[in-house]
Formats: sequence, structure tokens, C-alpha cells
Amino acid sequence: MINKSVASLEEAVAGIFDGATIMIGGFGTAGQPTYLIDALIAQGAKNLTIINNNAGNGEVGLAALLKAGRVRKMVCSFPRQVDSQIFDDLYRRGEVELELVPQGNLAARIQAAGSGLGAVFTPTGFGTPLAEGKETREIDGRHYVLEYPLKADFALIKAYEGDRWGNLVYRKAARNFGPIMATAATVTIAEVSRVVPLGELDPEHIVTPGIFVQRLVAVEASLAQSA
Amino acid sequence: MKKLTRDEMAKRVARDIPEGAYVNLGIGLPTRIANYLPADKEIFLHSENGLLGMGPKPAEGEEDPELINAGKEYVTLLTGGCFFHHGDSFAMMRGGHLDICVLGAYQVSASGDLANWSTGAVDSIPAVGGAMDLAIGARQVFVMMDHLTRDGECKLVENCSYPLTGIGCVSRIYTDLAVIDITEKGPVVREIFNGLSFEELQRITPVTLGFEQLAESA
Repeated sequence: MINKSVASLEEAVAGIFDGATIMIGGFGTAGQPTYLIDALIAQGAKNLTIINNNAGNGEVGLAALLKAGRVRKMVCSFPRQVDSQIFDDLYRRGEVELELVPQGNLAARIQAAGSGLGAVFTPTGFGTPLAEGKETREIDGRHYVLEYPLKADFALIKAYEGDRWGNLVYRKAARNFGPIMATAATVTIAEVSRVVPLGELDPEHIVTPGIFVQRLVAVEASLAQSA
Repeated sequence: MKKLTRDEMAKRVARDIPEGAYVNLGIGLPTRIANYLPADKEIFLHSENGLLGMGPKPAEGEEDPELINAGKEYVTLLTGGCFFHHGDSFAMMRGGHLDICVLGAYQVSASGDLANWSTGAVDSIPAVGGAMDLAIGARQVFVMMDHLTRDGECKLVENCSYPLTGIGCVSRIYTDLAVIDITEKGPVVREIFNGLSFEELQRITPVTLGFEQLAESA
């Protein structure tokens, strides 16, 4: 019997190694897997490259991981926010590297990695400082920038419900990067509000097919706890 | 020179958004347009974090941390609205499926280049978000901005001095003084507010303006 559901958060983040590249789901705090991030902090892996849309809010979740000094590099589209003081401080002191990627290119690069593409030509960013030094091509009268896939060793994502085969459904705007990050990591780990019996999720409604998920863990009150 | 207020600007932009349009309102000033969309027209608001059919802010006590907009403010979903992941959301943007996006700007050039993500200040932390995708993706890119900076410099310029967001991507500019289309012939004024003369508008604008009112804005 295949059961991807693990009993503890500790088990969920086991094996994450120093120097790993980790995708973390979420847009701001919506969809951020804070239980898994806390477990990662406790687990101790360091020198990490983190891929997320932002760079932490307040003092919890991704901000706490940054504060703990575990992050070597952030790949994100929008680090600077009203409550990104932890990142801001680390960045200004030169203690964290930043790769700034337009949000849609972040999504496209993650999808390229997940779908086995060698690269993508994207119109976003052409002629701007974020495309400097990159290969470009004119196709059918329009200008494109060559962007390479973004893959990860691990993806930590938050979903609403999952089953033991790893099928997932999400809740509202917490879905954001979860489904695409799940496709682009060697090991995708999901925190869910509930692990439901196989067959309970309507096959027509499953958003992330279990093939993209290696582990899931049920956490209490994962729903709407992210505030 | 009597400038439109922010709300008057929002109201003016709202008038040009037709029923059935798929629209993204950028963070900041453009968000205000939603307050003036006519309730009797169905207009689909897109938010890049995965919402289509976005509704107004929720009643107090009804806020859901997992139902937010791109500015990370609490919102609601209209009946018939839906959620999707970031890949689909940016396919809507980049793939030309949005009819209109409205963005704020630091500067727009006479040829429609947009600068709205960075002032290039050395001590600032760069952040771009979805601005570059919106700029090049929507069928029509409207910019909503003050005509002049606080220091009195015009934000419609020959060439942008700030880092670019997109090249030749702006279709129309709504300022607090005028509505200006970016055309193949250069910027063409369509409407001037509050009785300001074209000559006066041209005097404070450092690029050559055409003047050709549209029938519907006359």
C-alpha cells in the first residue's frame, strides 16, 4: 500500500540537506506553509537557496527562516514589502544574495523545469535591466528573452486537503505557486489541513495529481492560520 | 490649473472600461478604480495571485487571510469567480487575454515606454512583482499618474530616465490634467480637464503633443 502521508512534521522535512534549493509556496502569507518552515528551522539545514514570490513577512514563516540565518540566496519577484524588515536588514548588510525575477518569469521558469523544457523565450522584461546580458530573439515580430528553468531539490507547499496518494486540492488564493512548484522539485512536501481517505477527493477537482507529491503531512488549523 | 482628485481620476478611467472586459488594476492608485465601476455592468477583475471575478473588500469580521489581492489586501470573490495557480494567472497576463490593465507610473515616454518599478536609487531594495508581465501582456495598457511630480517635473517624457518596465507598451495615459493616447504619431491629447487650455498643457509637457478629441470624450 502506498501512503505518502507522514506522521510528523519532523518526518516531513527529513533529509533536507545543507546547500539545498527549496521552493516555498505562498504569495505573502497566503499559502505559505508555515508549519513546514518551522520544522525546517528546527531541522537545521543551512546555506539554503529559497525560491518564493516574496522574502518573508513579519517575523514568522519565511521571515523566521531568514532571521535564523539559514538562507544564502533568495530568488523572488517582490522582496520589499512593508513588513519585510528581516530580509531588508540582511540584504543591506550583504548577508543574503538576491536574484530578482519578474513574477511571470518566475512562474514560467518553474513551469519549464516541471515540464522538462530546456528554456523559454518570454516577452516579459525585454529591454529592461532585468534582461541585461540575456540572450534575446525576435520571433514573429515580437522580442523575447531567453530564461532558463528553475528547479529545486525540495518544494514546501500548503494545500487544503490531500490523500495518501498525494493528490491535492487547495483553498482560495492560497493556491498560487503551490501547483507549479510541486512539478519542479525532486521532493515535494505538502502541509494540508486534512488527509482524507482515498476516493474522497473528486477526481474532476484534483488540482495537483499525486505524481507530483512525495510527502504530505496533516497540520492542525492549517486553514486560515497564516495571518 | 485645477487638477482632478485621485477619486475623480479613478472615476474617469472607470468610464472607459466596457462591460465584459477582463481587467487587472495595478497596486496603488489604480486599485481605486474598482470603487467606480458601474454595478449594473459585469466587468471581470483579475488579480495576479490567482483570482478572476474579484469582488470588493469584505465586511468587518469576514476577512480571510487566504482571500487577498495582489496588494495583499483582503478581498472577496464574486459569484461565478474562480481561483487558479500562478502559471495560469500569468498565462492570462502574458498571453494577451486581459483586455485592459491599469498601472501606476513614474514616467511614460512619448513612444509608450513605461517606467514604474524602480527609481534606480542605489540604496533601495529592488522589487518588480508582476509589473513587467502586465506591461507587455494586456491588450491595452492604461497608465494612471499625476501629470507632474511634486517638484513640478512632467512624468510624460521624451525618454524615461528611470529603469524601464516595458518598451512601447502604454496605450493611454490618464493624468490629473488630461487623457493622452500614445499613437504612431506620438502622444495625442483626447481630453483636457477643467478648462485647461491645450497651449498650457503643452507648455508644461516636454514632448510634442497632438490634439484630437474622440467623439465619445467630447
